[in-house]
Amino acid sequence: MTTPQIDPAPRLLERVQAYRGPPTAVMEVCGTHTVAIARLGLRSLLPPGVRFLSGPGCPVCVTPVDVFDAALFLVRECGVVLATYGDAVRVPGSDGTLAEARARGADVRVVYSALDALAVARSEPDREVVFLALGFETTSPTVAATLLAAREARVDNFSVLSAHKALLPAMDALVQDPDVGIDGFLCPGHASMVLGTRGYRPLADEHDIPCVVAGFEPAEVLAGLALLLDQRLAGEARVENAYPRAVAPDGNPAARAVLERVFQRVDSRWRGLGLLPASGYDLRPAFASLDARRRFLEGVSFDGREPPGCRCADVLRGVLEPDGCALFGKQCTPENPVGACMVSSEGACGARHRYREA
Amino acid sequence: MCVAIPGEIIAVDPGGTAEVDFGGVRRSISLALVPDAGPGDFVIVHAGFALHRVDPAEARETRALFRELLDDDPAD
Amino acid sequence: MTEVITRAHGGGGVQTHDLIREVFAARFSNPILDRQDDAAVVDAVPAGRLAVTTDSFVVDPWRFPGGNLGDLAVCGTVNDLSMVGAEPRYLTAGFILPEGFPLAGLEAIADAMARRAGEAGVRIVAGDTKVVGPGCGPFVNTAGVGWVADGREITGGGARPGDAVLLTGDVGRHGIAVLSRREGVGFSTRIESDVAPLWGLVAAVLDAGVPVHVLRDPTRGGVAGALNEVAVQSGVEIEIQEDAVPVLPAVAGACDLLGYDPLHVANEGRALVVIPEDAADAALARLRSHPLGAGAVRIGQVSAGPPRVVARTPLGGRRLVDPPGGELLPRIC
Repeated sequence: MTTPQIDPAPRLLERVQAYRGPPTAVMEVCGTHTVAIARLGLRSLLPPGVRFLSGPGCPVCVTPVDVFDAALFLVRECGVVLATYGDAVRVPGSDGTLAEARARGADVRVVYSALDALAVARSEPDREVVFLALGFETTSPTVAATLLAAREARVDNFSVLSAHKALLPAMDALVQDPDVGIDGFLCPGHASMVLGTRGYRPLADEHDIPCVVAGFEPAEVLAGLALLLDQRLAGEARVENAYPRAVAPDGNPAARAVLERVFQRVDSRWRGLGLLPASGYDLRPAFASLDARRRFLEGVSFDGREPPGCRCADVLRGVLEPDGCALFGKQCTPENPVGACMVSSEGACGARHRYREA
Repeated sequence: MCVAIPGEIIAVDPGGTAEVDFGGVRRSISLALVPDAGPGDFVIVHAGFALHRVDPAEARETRALFRELLDDDPAD
Repeated sequence: MTEVITRAHGGGGVQTHDLIREVFAARFSNPILDRQDDAAVVDAVPAGRLAVTTDSFVVDPWRFPGGNLGDLAVCGTVNDLSMVGAEPRYLTAGFILPEGFPLAGLEAIADAMARRAGEAGVRIVAGDTKVVGPGCGPFVNTAGVGWVADGREITGGGARPGDAVLLTGDVGRHGIAVLSRREGVGFSTRIESDVAPLWGLVAAVLDAGVPVHVLRDPTRGGVAGALNEVAVQSGVEIEIQEDAVPVLPAVAGACDLLGYDPLHVANEGRALVVIPEDAADAALARLRSHPLGAGAVRIGQVSAGPPRVVARTPLGGRRLVDPPGGELLPRIC
């Protein structure tokens, strides 16, 4: 409905290609952008000195191994029905994946929405149903709303294992990491739909990083990149919105209110970035009865061993290109992924491998 | 995976669940996070929930941005 | 009470014979099958060669918008024969049915098989029925025999540098139609499976004397999977123009919703045709004159190069197109 009659993408590309400013490393912080860039073959079309770094935007990628260990424990030892998103079932834990557990008889269901997991709980009242919840502020409000619905409907066999993450603390940590040289952020389209554009201001104002929110169509990605390069040329650092049809300055306050009501910020461990203060979302104590950790995992801990040789941690910080990892395309492929970044089609390694430039 | 295509709300039931059409594919979508959306509105959806109601004026802003970047005549 | 399949239907006794007579023989009747011997005896072909294939059909759910298991069981095998340029002649059909499966369901499957066999001009000449415990199925296996004219050499290894790559219609309908009815996915659509027997379409091209090098139906694995097979078998590079591959808006919407690439989604009534460049226009015209090929387009060409598939993106970039890996799962988070 908003697509102009003639696709402006080719001319926007020409405009980007005409850039002759300072060298610029642009970090995209959304897995869907990672896929869009790879699918378009955009890397090979960039002007001299401009490159993309894939940031920590793929939910299953930034989720540390111990979360998958906890999920495996729940299906193997507690006998729950574990519902989650498609990509999560293939991420290796310390000892296998949920998909392998399912092949050996565990009850693992792939769902499209947390509401679908709640529906499973309602239709199978004799089973304990746990939803493994991953993702940033795009997804966490949907889980929060589902938890409110579960409480209202008094569904007592449903709970959530939350691995939700807050995006801004990770972006903040990355600009302060001396190993990672970021000259601009292509900000995520849909997390910004909830968060709004204001949250990026400290990155622009205090750290001089241009931040441009972009959509996912080729023309929208290119328009975002064009605005970002204009800022670099002018020596500016501002927050701009190249995705006005989806992102309002204040985002979605209703969604944030639901998120705040159900979840609280906690220090949280990220694959690659380590422990970041106030960067995760756990259920508030008032929702303890819906919290799978409190229901099933009190006193249980997991060491969460990273697969040997896997360099997802460096890829996620943008300090290593996927093909700089010795396992990339050899031991580690989309068919037989070693690390989380290869499992997800949105992971830096998965997208780069699937859409390798010819 | 973020879904880029906005869907059109066809109908809303009293519980706040909408039937949303994505160019011929329909799914029931919760409106819990965009309570003011109604039939005829276009919404952007993520994981079974509408997260944003697309305002026609905002859609025009996107076209205006493309024109501005490309130095095109607004009459295009 | 709905009549259902019981163990007795697979026991070889009275009920088995009743089932064969009332469900299968009544629908598939032909002089070879009607003799009801342990094996079908068919005439030898006077010239040319025989093509033989088998496929098992386990689609879940067994009925979907645009067809059911029976449509697939006939069309899938007819199309496999057609893809080597073989005129489909005979099919066999083996049924593995779960206890408790409604008899009306089996009749719907058999109806579809009879109708599709008629469309394809193929006779079902032998069959078998087994009943297993409840929980999964029904399953159907079909084997097919077809006749290949002398001099006809259509193989996945036949693509040559300079050939054009044609596609007979839009992609992704079957996979999306089936998925829409799978439990837990929960979307509805008017998209119907493209399932159809392709022999008529193939014959329209072959009868015109057009020198076809490769035919391949992009079923499981989609266009990406099928083209990769051809690239490897022929030792050539295949380049497609990404935006030349037709995708219905509803299929594109469903793929977007679920995180699928339309190039990876299954089709059951489409074919890829690899043909010398100078015959491409004539072949396209023949394809488009047939109802199943009305949407035929040229999507790319073959060149000397490493065995791989490359897509030229709408912006002019070039990227590799891999076959899909593993199970297609909704990727949402």
